[in-house]
Amino acid sequence: MPATDFSRELAGTVHAARAARTPLSIRGHGTKQFCAPAMEGAALDATAHHGIVAYEPTELVLTARAGTALADIEATLADHNQMLGFEPPHFGAGATLGGTLACGLSGPRRPYAGAARDFVLGMQIVNGKGEILRFGGQVMKNVAGYDVSRLMVGSHGTLGLILEASLKVLPKPPHETTLRFEMGADEAILKMNTWAGQPLPLSAACHSGDTLYVRLSGAETAVRAAHLKLGGDVYDKGDSFWRELREHARPFFQTDTPLWRLSVPSAMPMLPVSGKWMLDWGGAQRWLHTSQPAADIMHAAQQAGGHAQLFRDRHQIGSAYPLGSAIAQLHQRLRQAFDPDAILNRSARDNVVAGNAAAPLPGIAHGRRG
Amino acid sequence: MMNTAAPLTSERPHWREPLVRALRAFLPPTSLLTEAEDLRPYECDGLSAYRRLPGLVALPENIEQAQRVLRLCAEFKVPVVARGAGTGLSGGALPHESGLLLSLSKLNRILEIDPLNRTATVQPGVRNLAISEAAAPHGLYYAPDPSSQIACSIGGNVAENAGGVHCLKYGLTVHNVLGIRFLTVDGELVTLGGKLLDAPGYDLLALLTGSEGMLGVIVEVTVKLLPKPERAQAVLAAYDDLEKAGAAVAAIIAAGIIPGGLEMMDNPAIRAAEDFVHAGYPVDAAAILLCELDGTNEEVSDALMQVRELLLASGATEVRTARDDAERLRFWAGRKNAFPAVGRLSPDYYCMDGTIPRKRLPEVLRRIAELSREYALPVANVFHAGDGNLHPLILYDANKPGELERTEELGGRILELCVEVGGTITGEHGVGMEKINQMCVQFRPAELEQFHAVKRVFDPDGLLNPGKAVPTLHRCAEFGRMHVHQGKLPFPELERF
Repeated sequence: MPATDFSRELAGTVHAARAARTPLSIRGHGTKQFCAPAMEGAALDATAHHGIVAYEPTELVLTARAGTALADIEATLADHNQMLGFEPPHFGAGATLGGTLACGLSGPRRPYAGAARDFVLGMQIVNGKGEILRFGGQVMKNVAGYDVSRLMVGSHGTLGLILEASLKVLPKPPHETTLRFEMGADEAILKMNTWAGQPLPLSAACHSGDTLYVRLSGAETAVRAAHLKLGGDVYDKGDSFWRELREHARPFFQTDTPLWRLSVPSAMPMLPVSGKWMLDWGGAQRWLHTSQPAADIMHAAQQAGGHAQLFRDRHQIGSAYPLGSAIAQLHQRLRQAFDPDAILNRSARDNVVAGNAAAPLPGIAHGRRG
Repeated sequence: MMNTAAPLTSERPHWREPLVRALRAFLPPTSLLTEAEDLRPYECDGLSAYRRLPGLVALPENIEQAQRVLRLCAEFKVPVVARGAGTGLSGGALPHESGLLLSLSKLNRILEIDPLNRTATVQPGVRNLAISEAAAPHGLYYAPDPSSQIACSIGGNVAENAGGVHCLKYGLTVHNVLGIRFLTVDGELVTLGGKLLDAPGYDLLALLTGSEGMLGVIVEVTVKLLPKPERAQAVLAAYDDLEKAGAAVAAIIAAGIIPGGLEMMDNPAIRAAEDFVHAGYPVDAAAILLCELDGTNEEVSDALMQVRELLLASGATEVRTARDDAERLRFWAGRKNAFPAVGRLSPDYYCMDGTIPRKRLPEVLRRIAELSREYALPVANVFHAGDGNLHPLILYDANKPGELERTEELGGRILELCVEVGGTITGEHGVGMEKINQMCVQFRPAELEQFHAVKRVFDPDGLLNPGKAVPTLHRCAEFGRMHVHQGKLPFPELERF
């Protein structure tokens, strides 16, 4: 069997790059390049470092190397009737665990089950000095030391190269049903949030066009009882609907207009920005196709108590989100604490820092907690 | 290295007067304590074996006062230890003798319950249980429920990433906090998150949660509220053998059931609890399992049937389903009062907080029993079986010379055992002062150095809660010299002295 543990080699590469002061650009299978800013330096391919290291179904814990394909992990879990609770999008064949965690991506189940970071129990990383470090562990409860492994989620490889992660996994619900309701967006926002405050087995809620889609997951009796209570029509293409939503494969996403992602309080009524809207996560994550000026969209999101990011645009990649100055300084100093010479995934934002240490740092493009 | 603070009292008394004068300028008289008899109630937290009188105590009544206190302390380079309700069990709020203790207890208002967004925004001094009480009219509650929930405050919960008996299903504090506002060591107010599921940039909220007052002072918290489950049902199973009880837990999880709570107690803990609250526990059992199922009516009915069968198949000598809510609460009363119950058996007890991979439980309990004999100190065990969090309670008498020292050594050995089997030295109580030496066993020097680098990002002068949570490499080297295992010194790369 060919070797699959390349932690020493990867650490050695980072160490040597630091000595030579040459940046490295971490790469998995390149399925999520659209959500990272252009990076400088030689490619550091982490895909050879792969494989499931440990899996204990009765402990609900799986440990895998960063280069492991998400699909392989999901297939292994499915053999034991288990799953990744955060329902991560792949955004292409070959998506790896490392890339998924570095981008901090979560799918439709997120508001009801938790985000990528919520399921991370521990990590092994290489910091920008080429040191192999381990944080957290393989147990559910662990409060020894700062929570560095969760900090890594969504940090886009700017604090360290993820080598290995231990995740809490969940049993697959025995039964799932998707219901459809014809209604407008504001009524759907009210419904989704009212239902989320009741003891119902909700596992996804999305409004698109004139339709509200709601997924129920759990014991068959519980799902049936909830259906009786909520009404609505059973949608027999539910599984593919949620998969296509997760992967941005719905017709909604197939347009050249810039795609914005807004994160707002879930019960917030529709925002006054014209464009095509789709509401996921029970209203907490809102997708918007619009050509309106960026400043207007960001202002509307801020007024609503949230934030907006340009998620995808065929003419440019992602956007930086302006952080407040105190937070920006913490970002910059944390980056230095883990990667003093900005070896890992160096991009334009580091040059801003180098040019003027006091300047507010643009945020990580799409640095999502999930 | 971390502690560059100038002493406040004996050696440099001239610091004290100008600081007190500056604080008096804006703090009401009841918000500044300077006399020994007033400072006494603050000398320890829930870990009363460690006591230290603080130099001063400030009790700000609003965020602005707290900011000004921090600014002055930064100016005078005076250490600051933040304190909530003081129920912590690791000495995290143990005062600094030449520092200021910053009590957040007067910041105790619930600012908003938002039923539609399902959030509560509260000041740090609000009690954990008070949040659920305020949310109850809307059919909502705050899930994390540490045993101390009637007294502990949410600011401390966030600082320690507190747990409880429902963590396997509902998570720890970190999974239930949506936003915080905290003060930096310079008194700057920073907002992280809000009524949102995420925030741009690094996940500073996760980093601050459980940082034990080392990175900032939490002054406001927004938590997620959950709908109250329609129904909760508890099953109690008795076993003549701990290993069978452990196997039953694995069987329940393997069947795809995530119970709301899943607790195990060993015989000494069962006897103590039964004697104290008369929960109806079988006192001859080697172990009992307490399994709570919650959710919709139908879900609970289904799972209940399955769990009963699994428990019987796993060799339980008795399986009892609570007939009504009163009996369910009685089942829990025994478990929730296990600590004070054990406390009645001896003058003092010492509660440990390791987490282990659940499958190693029988082996770990066997080895704890051996250690208990070696140190001639009885140990009772209560176990959050669902998530692997073990609380061995060591019974001792602090008035017997040397017994506290022996207890601490035994506790240290138990924590090292937890690390050895792939677990951790603290599941939910935090490192604080208590487990600082065991951090040297769990982490290597480069990892500890990375923690210190994170600390310096937030607090370059090391003024926030100095000496806690993360040991200096120096300290580890000294500790290493005392704990030589199998002839191998930990940290061979460090100089010894």
